[in-house]
Order: sequence, then structure tokens, then C-alpha cells
Amino acid sequence: MATLHTRSAARLMVAPSVILLFAWMIVPLAMTLYFSLLHYNLLMPGTEAFVGFLNYSYFLTDPAFLQSLGNTLLLVGGVLAISVIGGIALALLLDQPIPGQGIVRLLVIAPFFVMPTVTALVWKNMLMHPVYGLFAWLARGLGLQPVDWFAHLPLFSIVLIVAWQWLPFATLILLTALQSLDQEQKEAAEIDGARALALFIFIILPHLARAIAVVILIETIYLLSVFAEILITTGGGPGTESTNITYLVYAQALLQYDIGGASAGGIVAVVLANLVALFLVRIVGKNLDA
Amino acid sequence: MRRTSPARHGFITALAWSIGLLIFFPILWTFLTSFKTENDAIASPPSFLFFNWTLENYAEVQSRSNYLKHVFNSVTVAFGSTLLAILVAVPAAWAMAFAPTRRTKDVLMWMLSTKMMPPVGALIPVYLLFRDWGLLDTLSGLVAVLMLINLPIVVWMLYTYFREIPVDILEAARMDGASLAKEIVYVLAPMAVPGIASTLLLNIILAWNEAFWTLNLTAANAAPLTAFIASYSSPEGLFWAKLSAASTLAIAPILLLGWFSQRQLVRGLTFGAVK
Repeated sequence: MATLHTRSAARLMVAPSVILLFAWMIVPLAMTLYFSLLHYNLLMPGTEAFVGFLNYSYFLTDPAFLQSLGNTLLLVGGVLAISVIGGIALALLLDQPIPGQGIVRLLVIAPFFVMPTVTALVWKNMLMHPVYGLFAWLARGLGLQPVDWFAHLPLFSIVLIVAWQWLPFATLILLTALQSLDQEQKEAAEIDGARALALFIFIILPHLARAIAVVILIETIYLLSVFAEILITTGGGPGTESTNITYLVYAQALLQYDIGGASAGGIVAVVLANLVALFLVRIVGKNLDA
Repeated sequence: MRRTSPARHGFITALAWSIGLLIFFPILWTFLTSFKTENDAIASPPSFLFFNWTLENYAEVQSRSNYLKHVFNSVTVAFGSTLLAILVAVPAAWAMAFAPTRRTKDVLMWMLSTKMMPPVGALIPVYLLFRDWGLLDTLSGLVAVLMLINLPIVVWMLYTYFREIPVDILEAARMDGASLAKEIVYVLAPMAVPGIASTLLLNIILAWNEAFWTLNLTAANAAPLTAFIASYSSPEGLFWAKLSAASTLAIAPILLLGWFSQRQLVRGLTFGAVK
């Protein structure tokens, strides 16, 4: 049906999207790459000079980089673990026929719609404040010493906050997938005497594989770039204990005005994201053939 | 579920409700705190329901900082970026759904892959270009950026919806002698509208809550609610009641939208892989 005429019309219709996205991807990337090879500090205008890979060697040998790399991986891994395992458990629970099922479902998915800055502020102040926070009150009620969350467990606190945002997402996706499972198949297995565990491992989990892959892929994309939650709660500190790569590059660029160094960091972040993406597509992409 | 005993059923019900309330609690707490005085907000032990309910925080939030301006910014940015993206994406998704070529799949995958690029890879040049072009802290600059970051999702989502429109129905209309214009208005548009509406909804939610570019590219003027509320983090005292009022207003409309559109959300967020 696609004649030569419709084909060229189709190309014309696709072109604006492709051109815009291409420009959005290539122009900033090329500029970041170029800046990363310069000595370029906004506080010292006129001193720009080509320095080769010096910025990279500074960035990569900075102890803050290794720590941020570790923090990034811990943050992504921690939130993924909580949201995928918790999401499966919650999806199974919410799939049961209980009174008010629809309302419970609304309660569980709600945090996903809360903007990150609100989430961060509410947790930082009203829940985790070491003196006035609700957690501190609970701890005192149990006769425990309240925890100064952001001073002593900064990265863990951020994992907790971000997990609160993404657990609902995982639950929503997995629950939707679970509900498309053929009831007859489940009942047939039950009649055959399959125990709950066997039912889960041989019927439910394989059915969820694709949805789990999707959750991991999408969450990873967003989790590699967690920013607002760190900016508002710890500012990356104490020291660099809760700095991830995104925040490190931000701090270097917009707080220290070191454009060259930050650009090198930006390129490192892009390479890292691509490595992770490659790895993910290899591992979980198998489930995704549309 | 014949084998479920009443005790087991009761336990499962209680467990599900407890977990649901636990997860929802921070939102409920924010809502309640927004009606307290600042003293009640930090009282220990905390009062859950029996405090002096007041609406003054909501009035204060507006009078202290022109809250409505930031609401307007959020609305402009969310709707502006979404409508622009849809305008650009509809023809593309349409062409790819109805006149696919051998490369259509690759183009779609490539678009998806642009989402893998971390925003810090683009932050510095975008920031400097915006500074030079006078676009920092402007709504038009922010609309442009948010439109671009959500464009891949918009194209994908529209594509998955359009692909479900049966082509046969077009041929039937043509056989009946419908002109191209009639075909579009009476046959295609009604079938495309639900897909476009869902896409609109999802992207308004995403743009409303976007908190990397809004924080980095705006200041006092163009700050949408994400960036405005971030200004409450400065340690100028504990204004939890006012923070709660500002937060409640900022999240309520999107929470309602999200609740009403769960199904479409799943579909859009997973690029059509889970329906």
C-alpha cells in the first residue's frame, strides 16, 4: 500500500521529531566533549586553553569520583532491590480479593505522583528531623536514641526516600501485568495440586518476567540521575558521602564554575550510562522483543 | 479462591490495608500538617487529628511569595511542553504506524535510546547557551527543554495507540466514497483521540514533576512549583505548616490526575510493553 508518494510524505512527517531529537542529543554532547578538553573556569574568563585530557585525569583520580561512582551504584542497586522485590510482594498482596481493594491500590501508588522536591522536604523535615521528626518521636517512644539520619546514614536515607517514590511505580506495573495472568491457568495448576511456592516460581514469575525487565530498565534510567532528593536533603554530604555522579558534576559546574572539569565528568556520566544501558539491554532486553 | 479460610482472608485484608496506609502516610501527614499552626506542626507528641484546624497557612503561602505565579508557571510549562511535543509527534507517530518502512523500528529504538543520555551530559552547554541567549529563568526556555526530553515518550506512546487502529476501516470508508478530509475527521480522529488524550495526561504529570531542569534553569521568575518549593529547604526556621500547605496544593491536582489514569499510565510509562 505504501506507494512512493506516501513514503516521501511519511518521511516528511517523521522528520521534525527526528531532527529535533538529533539536535538535542548531538549539539550539547559535542559541546560538552569540546569543553572537557579545555581549561575553562567561569571565574577566570579569558584563560580558556586547550589542555587535552587533563580534566579527565583530574576527575577520574579525584577521590570524590570513586566515592560518587560507588554511591551511584549503591543508590541504583538499593532502590532497584527494594522496589522490585517489594513490588512483587505488594502486587501479589493487592491481587487478592479484599474489601476496598481499589482504594488500597490508590494509596499504594500515590507517592509516585508526588514531585521529588516535595518528597525530599517532607521526609527531611517532618519524618526524619532528628528532634521534631516523627521518626525521632517514635524512637523516643520505644526508648531508643533518635537517629540523625542525614548526618550518620546519608546515603541510606536517600535510598529510603527514593525507594518510597519508585516502589509504587514497580507495584503498579507488576500488578497490571499480574492481572493479565490467565485465571484458568492458575486454577488448573491449583487443581493439579501445585503448592503456592511452585505456583509462584513456575507460573507467576515467568509471566511477570517481561514486566520486571521493563521496571528495571525504566527505573535505572531515572535512578542514575537522581538529583533533587540529594540537593535538598544532604547537598551531597557530609563530605561527599551521599554525592552521586549527577550531583558531583552539578556541584563542579554550577557551584565551583569549573566548566572544563564538570564537562569531563558529564562525559564520564554519559559513558557510564551507556555501559549500564548496554549491560541492561543484554541481560533484561531479551524479554523485550516487541 | 475456595480454599481461603475466613481467618486467612481477614489477615490478608488487614495486612494490605496496613501497608497501604503506611505507604500513603507521608502524604496524609503533609495534608494534616497543612491545617496546623506552626507550633502544633512541631509539637511532641504529635497531634494527629485533635489540634486547632486553621486555614491560615494557605493564605500565608500566597501572601508571602505570590504562590499563584508559580502555579501559573507550572501550568504553562506542563501544558506548553506537552502540547508542543504532541504537535510534533502526532505526524511522526502517524507515519510510522500507518506507513512503516524497514527503518521504522530502528528510528523508534533510537528515539528511546536518547532517554538513556543522562541530563548532566547536556547540563553545561544548555546552561551556558541559555545564559548567552537570555533564556535562563524564562518559561519559553523551560518549555523547550521539557518538550525535548519528553518527545521520545510522546512519539512512542502515540505510536502504540495508532498502531491499534485497524487499517481495514480506512479502506471501508474509502469504498463508501469518503474523501480524504472526511476520512480523517469522521473515521480516524475519533479513534485517535483517546490515545492522544492519554499521552497528554501522562506528559502533563511527567512535566509537572520534572525536577532536574526546572531546578537548574530557573530562579525567582520562571520557577514552577518544583523549584519554588525547593526554596523552603533554606534553613530560615521551621515552617512546616506552610511547607505542607504549599506542598498539598502542588501535589493534589497531579495526584488526582494520576489516580484517574492508572491504566494509561502503565502503558505510557512502559512504552506499550505492559498494558
